[in-house]
Amino acid sequence: MNDKKIRGKSVFSKNNLKILTEPFSGNNPIIVQILGICSALAVTVKLEPAIVMALSVTFVLSFSNLIYSLIRKTVPPRIRIIVQLIIISTLVIFVDQLLKAFVYDISKQLSVFVGLIITNCVIMGRLEAFASNNNPWTSFLDGVGNGIGYGMILIIVAFFRELLGSGTILGYNVIPQALYNLGYVNNGLMILPPMALILIGVIIWVHRSINKELTDKN
Amino acid sequence: MKELINIFVRSIFIDNMIFAYFLGMCSYLAVSKTVKTSNGLGIAVVFVLVVTVPINFFINKYLLSPGALSFINPSLADVDLSFLSFIVFIAVIAAIVQLVEMVIEKFLPTLYISLGIFLPLIAVNCAIMGASLFMQERGLQTFNESLSFALGSGIGWWLAIVSIAAIREKLTYSNIPAPLRGNGIAFIITGLMAIAFMSFMGITI
Repeated sequence: MNDKKIRGKSVFSKNNLKILTEPFSGNNPIIVQILGICSALAVTVKLEPAIVMALSVTFVLSFSNLIYSLIRKTVPPRIRIIVQLIIISTLVIFVDQLLKAFVYDISKQLSVFVGLIITNCVIMGRLEAFASNNNPWTSFLDGVGNGIGYGMILIIVAFFRELLGSGTILGYNVIPQALYNLGYVNNGLMILPPMALILIGVIIWVHRSINKELTDKN
Repeated sequence: MKELINIFVRSIFIDNMIFAYFLGMCSYLAVSKTVKTSNGLGIAVVFVLVVTVPINFFINKYLLSPGALSFINPSLADVDLSFLSFIVFIAVIAAIVQLVEMVIEKFLPTLYISLGIFLPLIAVNCAIMGASLFMQERGLQTFNESLSFALGSGIGWWLAIVSIAAIREKLTYSNIPAPLRGNGIAFIITGLMAIAFMSFMGITI
């Protein structure tokens, strides 16, 4: 009983919760650490692929953190990068095959960007910075936290791009026909790649106006 | 020949790695503070691309793509190993990057120090992996096509990072709203540059 209580405490202690929730805002992988933008933006034209991408990244991130943390003491430092890449790419192949089997259309839309999860800097960054010197459970939580933080930004960007660019959310029309009759038009610019960058810039702007301590000094 | 030049020009301007596909953004944003370092990284990326994409092209053509193994034995004609391509491509890239790192450390020590952590991270630069995957997905047919695609993508990436570095050097003197300083403004400028690059759309030679 006592033992269980201690274990229960250590599983979701204050420190662990902080590890889990810090990447949501204060240490967000995309807008604060500026990692993983590569594969993030190209999938944000529509909400659905963005959600699938967010889930895939969270899965790969948390399990690669867990696996690498389990073997961290046996990996010689000189070959650690290739070991990390092997772990990540095995998990990504797994995700890719699952997507092809169950959601083929979305997997076609994501095209090369599923494969590019391997080179997503968030994953390598977390393995290097966190999983290589922390125990498996906290590493797993860190992975889940960062995955959610990453997914949040992806979904916010995709939400605005789909709403303003095509007038739909998850494929359903949300802008009433009456508005179109009044002369409202979808903003075609939102579908084009540059707007993803500008939206991220605006999100950073808003986020840093709220959290002043993150502002760059120069 | 015309086809090769077409692929080359397309991959520099229209299918630019940064402005059209956002590949390699991490190092693009992190290293683009001075022109000198970004120039060094740009050259390193061009070099790694030109070496890795053709190697991966041969691996893809003769080992991985459906029916590729039939040159060994006709009974292997229905073997499809393309699900292995991620892991094989990344292994080739990681090995080549290790090699480039050793060469730069030996011959250009100042560049080696200024690139710091970003040199080994070329291995996980999405532009490199992305080029190999695009090569596979677009089904480039010959060695020359893959070479001109790799060279074009590399030069496009180099052009992008050097131009943003030049703009960011000047930005140091301008009065930007505090929350937008640093990465915020870099994103917005990249977006504007991408809009400018869209004017190349539709060019054919």
